[in-house]
Amino acid sequence: MFGKTVIRSIWGSRSAAACYRRKYTESAVSAAHRQKEIIKSRYIEKDELRPLYMDFQATTPMDPRVLDAMLPYQVNYYGNPHSRTHAYGWESERAMEKARKQVADLIGADPREIVFTSGATESNNMSLKGVARFYRSKKKHIITTQIEHKCVLDSCRILEAEGFNITYLPVQSNGLIDLKQLEETIQPDTSLVSVMTVNNEIGVKQPVKEIGEICRSRSVFFHTDAAQAVGKIPINVTDWKIDLMSISGHKIYGPKGVGALYVRRRPRVRLEPIQSGGGQERGLRSGTVPTPLAVGLGAACEIAQQEMQYDHSRVSMLAKRLLQKIMSELPDVVVNGDPDQRYPGCINLSFAYVEGESLLMALKDVALSSGSACTSASLEPSYVLRAIGTDEDLAHSSIRFGIGRFTTEEEVDYTAEKCIRQVKRLREMSPLWEMVQEGIDLKSIKWTQH
Amino acid sequence: MAISSKSQVLSLYKILLKESKQFPSYNYRTYALRRVRDAFRENKNVDDPKTLEILLNRAWDSLAVIQRQVAIGKLYSAQKTVVETEGMKKAS
Repeated sequence: MFGKTVIRSIWGSRSAAACYRRKYTESAVSAAHRQKEIIKSRYIEKDELRPLYMDFQATTPMDPRVLDAMLPYQVNYYGNPHSRTHAYGWESERAMEKARKQVADLIGADPREIVFTSGATESNNMSLKGVARFYRSKKKHIITTQIEHKCVLDSCRILEAEGFNITYLPVQSNGLIDLKQLEETIQPDTSLVSVMTVNNEIGVKQPVKEIGEICRSRSVFFHTDAAQAVGKIPINVTDWKIDLMSISGHKIYGPKGVGALYVRRRPRVRLEPIQSGGGQERGLRSGTVPTPLAVGLGAACEIAQQEMQYDHSRVSMLAKRLLQKIMSELPDVVVNGDPDQRYPGCINLSFAYVEGESLLMALKDVALSSGSACTSASLEPSYVLRAIGTDEDLAHSSIRFGIGRFTTEEEVDYTAEKCIRQVKRLREMSPLWEMVQEGIDLKSIKWTQH
Repeated sequence: MAISSKSQVLSLYKILLKESKQFPSYNYRTYALRRVRDAFRENKNVDDPKTLEILLNRAWDSLAVIQRQVAIGKLYSAQKTVVETEGMKKAS
């Protein structure tokens, strides 16, 4: 413990910590402890100012229009949408079906193909486990990628334990999968291919249409986790030949705790349900549909459809502004992920010779993250960045900037200026940066020789 | 566009801006102001009375939403954000 603190205060750079990491292989417990040490949780005092929100990939604030649509169903219209014998049930059911249509319209689907769930994690679980288990007697193989969300990867681990074969496709250094490799990986007993539309950490947009084409021609079901894409880029499940698609409410300015799964009817995709019970949602997802949340998701989808172009051009403009400011002031900054095939609102930057956590701590009045919120408690470098072949050091110095509907120019300028100032400060403190300025190749140094 | 409807549009625009300024949340306030301005600018050359009517109805609905949401916002207001003093000057 003592040695660590000393190293940290003297070096304040990731490579030093990386050297420490190689010396002592730590358990998860001590890693968690160290995390606690670096970024302490602290509540904002009453008279303090709130940090700016720049983490729109983790979650989005609810749009006031969404809340406005939901509130009547939190107050007066509280009926169970599955009650068939009274007006309370009927009005809730009508609201739920309207919401279903709003979700379906956004992605070019039929309302009967939409199943309400608790979120994209549940949708992903249902798709992977559901399809795999339903077709298990004939098909034992599933293909996914190395940069999927944790819930897809973890579902695959469970399936592996059940005897399925899973192929985790690598991605190229730009974060995109190789279509030829995908084609070669498909076997006669492949039941499902699951590739996310937009990555939550680096924002790259996979060639979903081409993947859909390949899967359809090989009669393999295609699932895509579109939590970060729906409502932000135009999606049409028919054009893209998508068989299953996961949607999340709270990534599109809707309420938390609700999502949807698109399940194609023709050609029909069959799932083994995970949750058993009253047989709601065509038996695929038993349990009462939470009317207010479903209404909120529906409203969020309708607004997203109306505002897509407006939001997209604004988010692009702000992203460009942020990148331009940072890149013009700071050398040795790497943009992770493909520069073109991406959603502009997710910018993942690696600041060489600066430790991500130190930078996050220095930027405490901006709410940022070094990657996925689900894994932000661990000090391990992001597996997504590792999959695109980012150097260990650079992977540790990455920060994700999330821009959304409610971001303003002032917030972008503030973030950029603060970021530039802090990176410069941290680099000045870093002996590594000094050595690089003197022309020493860091790769030639043996860190662990004592 | 007839004179009467023109003044009607203008006054509705002013009410929308006035109400939007009441949002206690910095992000909602700046968004509402920006969105109202951009929507009116985008449709400033609409002449067709039917389209105009649809747009005006939508604006009235938005006004009602803004008024309700401002009231809710005031009930549960939170601390100001770090850019707010700057932002308020520019937004208003």
